Amino acid sequence: MALGKIEKVIGGAVPVLGDDIDTDRIIPARFLKCVTFDALGAQLFYDVRYDDNGKSIGHPIDDAKYKGASIIVSGNNFGCGSSREHAPQAIKKAGFNAVIAGSYAEIFFGNCTTLGIVCVEADDATRAGIVEAMAIDASAQMEIDVEACKVSVNGKSFDVAIKENARAAFLAGNYDSLADLLGNMDDVKKLEASLKYSFTA
Amino acid sequence: MGKNLFQKVWEKHAVKVLPNGQTQLFIGMHLIHEVTSPQAFAMLRDLDIKVAFPERTFATVDHIIPTDAENRVRPYADPLAEEMMQAIESNTKASGITFFNPESEKQGVVHIVGPEQGLTQPGSTIACGDSHTATHGAFGAIAFGIGTSQVRDVLATQTMSIAPFKVRRIEINGKLKEGVYAKDVILYIISKLGVAGGTGHAYEFAGDVIDNMSMEGRMTVCNMAIEGGARVGYINTDETTFAYIKGKPYAPKDNWDEMVEYWKSVASDADAQYDDIVKYDAADIEPQITWGINPEQTIGISEKIPMPTNDVMQEALDYTGFAGGDLMNGKKVDVVFIGSCTNGRIEDFREAAKYAKGKKVAEGVRALAVPGSFGVRDQAVAEGLDKIFIEAGFDWREPGCSMCLAMNPDKLIGSEISASTSNRNFKGRQGSATGRTLLVSPVMAVAAAVTGKISDCREVFEIGG
Repeated sequence: MALGKIEKVIGGAVPVLGDDIDTDRIIPARFLKCVTFDALGAQLFYDVRYDDNGKSIGHPIDDAKYKGASIIVSGNNFGCGSSREHAPQAIKKAGFNAVIAGSYAEIFFGNCTTLGIVCVEADDATRAGIVEAMAIDASAQMEIDVEACKVSVNGKSFDVAIKENARAAFLAGNYDSLADLLGNMDDVKKLEASLKYSFTA
Repeated sequence: MGKNLFQKVWEKHAVKVLPNGQTQLFIGMHLIHEVTSPQAFAMLRDLDIKVAFPERTFATVDHIIPTDAENRVRPYADPLAEEMMQAIESNTKASGITFFNPESEKQGVVHIVGPEQGLTQPGSTIACGDSHTATHGAFGAIAFGIGTSQVRDVLATQTMSIAPFKVRRIEINGKLKEGVYAKDVILYIISKLGVAGGTGHAYEFAGDVIDNMSMEGRMTVCNMAIEGGARVGYINTDETTFAYIKGKPYAPKDNWDEMVEYWKSVASDADAQYDDIVKYDAADIEPQITWGINPEQTIGISEKIPMPTNDVMQEALDYTGFAGGDLMNGKKVDVVFIGSCTNGRIEDFREAAKYAKGKKVAEGVRALAVPGSFGVRDQAVAEGLDKIFIEAGFDWREPGCSMCLAMNPDKLIGSEISASTSNRNFKGRQGSATGRTLLVSPVMAVAAAVTGKISDCREVFEIGG
């Protein structure tokens, strides 16, 4: 599981504004009926992108000027609700590698980090500035500098935050911790033997 | 300086600090279901890794399973549901994991099955690929939802990478009024602290109201911790806890006294330190109801919907079609759903049946009563509760998650309004992109069913003075 380091995310950015965008909004529950995550990209934000007949209702993700974007800019408490990894998987499979939001729900944040999706935190004023700068040229490339915690777009630069654990893990390339966990199995077995559990069917 | 339960249990289960700065935490009991586990097993197969401690993982099927008897015949009519069922069957079989399937007559909603089987025990760390895993915290366990990559990690190592939480103690003191239930308590707390108020925190629920609550009620409270942003919610153990566990299939037997002694030792110390303490007065809580698109958007039944002061409130009103200043009391309902990991336990059906008895579901209302597990169903049948619901005009179903998230055939149609005992009123949550969900207690749900509109259960059933 050798992972690449993530030092920068560069790509187009699309505003998906609003607070408390929940996991049912990101990927409606009916699309969870799958044994792989492969098809989820097309179903991202489905119910706010399409009408009952599957016709686009003009969500920014489908706006031609944001075509090919790989960064989502949203509001506070992004990803609240379910623990479904289907939500970050849908985001990733749809081609997004980073989110800029005011804050994140915890399980969602952890899931994103494990998948290498960079969750950037920026307060309301900073996000407003970012969105304004994006509007200068909607097709411009945005750069998220993970090391420096800076977002730049259309010649403007903003100080943002990335949770330290996640930031360090992106820079070190160990954001998926399975290899580290497996490396400590002797300690795990020792600890297991010391714990008091009793499942006696 | 004393320690709280969270700190004690965490310390016992911490293996190491990982290079990413997080803790490698041992997970004593791991629960899986069909929605969030097949991808994890596939990842393990790709990596050629075996399940490390199969005796510490238990499986059931709940999200996709149809709840009407004729549609539970295999293969399921929905090929995707059938594929998911087959995946969990083959994955558990190949890994030697116990699977509480329908044939075992132990199947049910994962957070109902664990406690019912006696697997949920104090002092444990419990993880499940489901955000309502905090339910198990009602037993003095540290329980939380995880994503599928972490399900993979737990299967592979029985551990996962996680950072510790802050602990906020939430006390509800005094005595609840009649007609006010555990569901009202947790909705009230979320309405006060907000949907993101618990981010980064474990919630320790305490106080007179919690002390006097049944285990079923405590599970309802802990279940919805995540709706307030807290990944963990827990309650310290007492005699109520031990009495519930005793005699359950997987509960300790010969070593009972020794285990109880251990369980007591991990309870929060009297002088435990907390990052924060908040207190509420039970007398201030009336039956609660949500009016919007997240569980923070909750009011008491006598209150009016607030005038919108932010975008999310406006968005909620645009979606529900309600207006600031409206009472929820009197709003017409189309569907009533009693069930889910929040309110699908025997006490919920007993209390609901008490008031449904001899009443009729109002014309034009579709009402579902969906027991959370075979255990709940069988107990309800033994007590004749099923007949009460059927005679009242409810559909009495087989166990599953059902209309909580509508991954099975139970769904809202169009913009129907549902009075639901479940846990989320997100847009589209109950299976229709325009459906509207109003979260309530089981007795409030019965009141809505028999009147055809949102009503104060205390008035409809003449509860209390």
